[in-house]
Amino acid sequence: VEAVLFAITAACALAGGAGVIAAHQPVHSALALLVVLLSLAVDYLLLGAQFIAVLQVIIYAGAIVVLFVFIIMLLHVRSGEGPGAGAGLPLAVAVALCALFGLGLLAALAGIQAAPAALPAGFGTVQTVGRALFGRYALPFEAASVVLLVGMIGAVALGKRLPASPGVPSGRSEGGR
Amino acid sequence: VTVPAPYYLALSAALFVLGMAGVLVRRSALIVFMSIELMLNAVNLTFVTFARVYGSIDGQLLVFFVLAVAATEVVIGLAIIVDIFRSRATVDIDDADLLRG
Repeated sequence: VEAVLFAITAACALAGGAGVIAAHQPVHSALALLVVLLSLAVDYLLLGAQFIAVLQVIIYAGAIVVLFVFIIMLLHVRSGEGPGAGAGLPLAVAVALCALFGLGLLAALAGIQAAPAALPAGFGTVQTVGRALFGRYALPFEAASVVLLVGMIGAVALGKRLPASPGVPSGRSEGGR
Repeated sequence: VTVPAPYYLALSAALFVLGMAGVLVRRSALIVFMSIELMLNAVNLTFVTFARVYGSIDGQLLVFFVLAVAATEVVIGLAIIVDIFRSRATVDIDDADLLRG
């Protein structure tokens, strides 16, 4: 059952990943990203990371994709890409670079032949992760909260329309997110 | 029947390469951002896989912190994209060249 489930989710994730970078409209990319995130959540469950799987669905599939869709709706951009070549890299060079990097990555990762260790009881549950989070990892946890606070303040500061900037019509105000 | 760890690692490598290709090839800032999310998720999958292989919870905690930073990064990045769109009416990353000499 696990092998079948892994095959299905891997196929979905790869198809979604290709969809993200190949779609012409940003909305389709966002939906493909959603497919990738949900498949990875199933993979996390297979790997015994229940709490991370739930977080993946809530934060990534819930919050981040909704934020993307919201911004796409706000900007109502069709594609955002005019005709012409890319920034500096031609398509063929970019793809060749990526393929080279991917082969290197595969070679490095394929050398790992570790058999999965026996899992302690309750591995990956909310209780185990929470104990580690509020025990050994309490300081990084607090640092993460500071990062989130700074992000919030930054988003409000960026989203705020500056008063009476010359050349910029300050008609409609959209406020922060 | 459990799936061996190298399969998960290969999937993660493939997803990372897809995200990298997206960053290099696409020019819509929104899609570049989604490609970055793709790469972050590939790395997260590696973390969870190794947490399973070594039976240690640390990898899953790293994923937690990556999630927090990714959420912040998306919020700030999208705010910047909205700001650029307001002043230039475009989300093409080639048009945002104010800092180019």
